[in-house]
Amino acid sequence: MTQADLIVLDQVNKRYGDHHVLRDVNLRVRRGEVVVIIGPSGAGKSTLCRAINRLETIDSGTISVDGTPLPAEGRALARLRAEVGMVFQSFNLFAHKTVLDNVVLGQVHVLKRPKGAAVAKARELLDRVGIGAQAEKYPAQLSGGQQQRVAIARALAMEPKVILFDEPTSALDPEMVNEVLEVMTGLARDGMTMVVVTHEMGFARRAADRVVFMADGEIVEQDSPDGFFGAPSTERAQSFLAKILTH
Amino acid sequence: MEALLFERDTVLAAFWMTVRLTAVSALGSLVLGTLLTAMRVAPLASLRGAAGVYVSVARNTPLTLVLLFTGLGVGANLGVELSDDIATNNFWLAVIGLTAYTSAFVCEALRSGLNTVPVGQAEAARSLGLGFVKTLRLITLPQAFRAVVAPLGSILIALTKNTTIALVVGVSEASVRMREMIETYGDQVIEIFLGFAAGFVLLCLPMGLVFGWLSRRMAVAR
Ligand SMILES: Nc1ncnc2c1ncn2[C@@H]1O[C@H](COP(=O)(O)OP(=O)(O)O)[C@@H](O)[C@H]1O
Ligand SMILES: [Mg+2]
Repeated sequence: MTQADLIVLDQVNKRYGDHHVLRDVNLRVRRGEVVVIIGPSGAGKSTLCRAINRLETIDSGTISVDGTPLPAEGRALARLRAEVGMVFQSFNLFAHKTVLDNVVLGQVHVLKRPKGAAVAKARELLDRVGIGAQAEKYPAQLSGGQQQRVAIARALAMEPKVILFDEPTSALDPEMVNEVLEVMTGLARDGMTMVVVTHEMGFARRAADRVVFMADGEIVEQDSPDGFFGAPSTERAQSFLAKILTH
Repeated sequence: MEALLFERDTVLAAFWMTVRLTAVSALGSLVLGTLLTAMRVAPLASLRGAAGVYVSVARNTPLTLVLLFTGLGVGANLGVELSDDIATNNFWLAVIGLTAYTSAFVCEALRSGLNTVPVGQAEAARSLGLGFVKTLRLITLPQAFRAVVAPLGSILIALTKNTTIALVVGVSEASVRMREMIETYGDQVIEIFLGFAAGFVLLCLPMGLVFGWLSRRMAVAR
């Protein structure tokens, strides 16, 4: 691996019982790169994402973040997770905490930042994602699009090396998809390293440096957005694109 | 009626003992019950097992036996002395027994509360870098508590009534005073009985109301 590689997956395998969900997956994500993962439902995209910060364990192979293999558990794992942001399909904002506290909590309890500095940082990030005026509300009082933008601010507050997005717009009403994608496009432009599982092909074309196509637990092909969308080389990718691009 | 009026100081003192037993045991049960809940979801199998066994035993043993055990077993037989003053000593023995028993129910309530917290809450906490204890303390347990305020209220009411069994370790709470009075004032049994029953209702009824109100107020909107 080179200095430029931030995330390296080497021969990663994962099974649920008899079901082989990740098969010999090799993937490298460079610093500052935006990698979009697409593929049919059940391909193993979420599992891959979750394996990178060890919300799922793997059966064989290795995953390294910034040169360090994923620790099995304990403090070392917690430290690594603080460096890897995660944005979930279902937002998962802390339901009993205000929007502001959601963004403050990790800074104070993981990074040990003084409360004042954490609050200032949280307000700045909430402004950046356009939620500054709702800081004192509870998550349930916000729309899905607003909640997801708070979730992105919460991840950013940790100043992570990379942020993983697992279908961040799939649970949103259509009119809210763009407000979230705009925030993500902004992050990509600012040089954030991102791994994004999504069905938003517009976002992939616009923001991705590379598109990775997965099916049946394997990485079937990967290419630049122009290369992939222009001329997918495998039949599986062609038929997948034909299905989703016709409507 | 005259008996109750004539003896109102000793009656109130006896009820005051009931209140103190309840308050201290409730606090103890909350702390121990929370600790047991944490153990029951801990990554270490031995902790989970130990807490599981404890809860099963405590829940399925009659309270009278638990209190006899703390009074005779721990107090008399093992000779544990918690205070030079016999009344204070008995008070603390009763608190230990009531806490040991009630915390098992608190644990069961909290555990069912934890089950109502979506798994994504803990995943989000862990992905921020919070460890097991902080995830529990900051994210999942506070939400679990809010989900089981009403059942905790029921447990507190049960505890209040259960303090009457503290008589087996020699604590003079309300029910002991009632028996004494019935012996002294044999002609007013019904009045005395109704008076003490009213005392317990007066203690417990507001608890139910307060906890019902709290439970609505503290519910987590999702
Ligand atoms: N906890 C689990 N237990 C058993 N099977 C699972 C579990 N999680 C996911 N799977 C299976 O693994 C496969 C990949 O799932 P997933 O990574 O969620 O796919 P994707 O995100 O691409 O839709 C699916 O077939 C799914 O049913
Ligand atoms: Mg998925």
